[in-house]
Amino acid sequence: MSIRRGLLALLAQEPMYGAQLRSEFESRTGGTWPLNVGQVYTTLARLERDGMVEAAGGADDEGRIGYRLTDQGRAEVERWWTAPVDRGDTPRDELVIKLALAVTVPGVDVQRLVQTQRTATLRHLQDLTKLKRASSDQAGGRNELAWLLVLDNLVYAAEAEIRWLDHVESRLAREATRAPEAHTRATENKNEDRSTQGASR
Amino acid sequence: MTASPILLLDNVSRVHGYAETAVRALDGVTLTVHAGELVAVMGPSGSGKSTLLNLAGGLDRPTGGAVFVEGADVGAMSMRDLAALRRRSLGFVFQDFNLIPSLTAVENVALPLELDGLRVRVARRIAMDSLEAVGIPELADRYPEHMSGGQQQRVAIARALVGDRRLVLADEPTGALDSQTGEAVLRVLRARCDAGAGGLLVTHEARHAAWADRVVFLRDGVVVDSTGTRPGAESLLDRAGTL
Repeated sequence: MSIRRGLLALLAQEPMYGAQLRSEFESRTGGTWPLNVGQVYTTLARLERDGMVEAAGGADDEGRIGYRLTDQGRAEVERWWTAPVDRGDTPRDELVIKLALAVTVPGVDVQRLVQTQRTATLRHLQDLTKLKRASSDQAGGRNELAWLLVLDNLVYAAEAEIRWLDHVESRLAREATRAPEAHTRATENKNEDRSTQGASR
Repeated sequence: MTASPILLLDNVSRVHGYAETAVRALDGVTLTVHAGELVAVMGPSGSGKSTLLNLAGGLDRPTGGAVFVEGADVGAMSMRDLAALRRRSLGFVFQDFNLIPSLTAVENVALPLELDGLRVRVARRIAMDSLEAVGIPELADRYPEHMSGGQQQRVAIARALVGDRRLVLADEPTGALDSQTGEAVLRVLRARCDAGAGGLLVTHEARHAAWADRVVFLRDGVVVDSTGTRPGAESLLDRAGTL
């Protein structure tokens, strides 16, 4: 997740100091990706080094320094809104790796693995749905809308995983009914080979 | 929960055909739905979902085990008692709504009550309450063709749970609806269950099954897994930050 770009986008709205950035980031994404203040200040320091942000005047009474975007920072935010997010890097997904290994390592009950995962993912989906029910009962503003859209994203991701598991299951079932035939054919071929060999001898 | 369930399938089997040609559509399925509970059944086509729903609604009889609706053994009932059970205790909601086109919304909802011998005025009043409960009292005098799919499905839910009927059996109720409308219909179904009805929802969409308290997985006529009952939203909100 690009915290860097997230902070730049928030600063495009108005100058803010670190703790403010942290709480705005969290409230707009429903606290799904919590940040600690340390992360925020480290990121701000790097952004300042790279010429994206600058201090907006001196420290206030409580010693807090507000930050604002430079022209370069503003251009970076503009680029972020208009360019697509790069999906080229396939993130490492433990489940996908686990399943790929399970179908190749002998002795793993893949069907059991799929079912156990599907039930667990559905439980997660139920939890997300409960959060949705609880939050849309209250009339909400833009931040509430943003949180609901984040939740929907997690809902669709969990649903996609379950659909993929359904697909894996039916694919494996098809493979299992085909396998004995393939095996018989292989044995028959061997027998044929042997009989031809016998005839030629 | 100690109260007796609204629906109980006790080790239910359904075999079609005989001997070598016998097909086990359901094989020893046990399932309960209590008041206030929505239970979803998921499974691939041919897993026995529809058979299960038909048995629960008294449209079909088990070849093994027993089905109880509000404590009454459905398998032991005469055709007449079965018909009465379907008028008084439970209602179906289908993918294609199944409202009667020549009747208005309130007339559709009142129909099972009128068939059961209630006076028209009484039946209409109770039907209005039910339309109120699904949030569309203003559509009472509309005909199905002048309603959207989502509105028709709300009428179907109102009809399924009109008066004393406490069990709704829903077969892919969101199948013909877009994702927003489908979700709105599930919210209504969820709300009716929260208000005390029992619901059995058959669906192949995980996103919709997730509205249920419990999700049961069916494969080849056998329950292969279940999510169990989930904790309430309050305890989840506490850990929302760690999702």
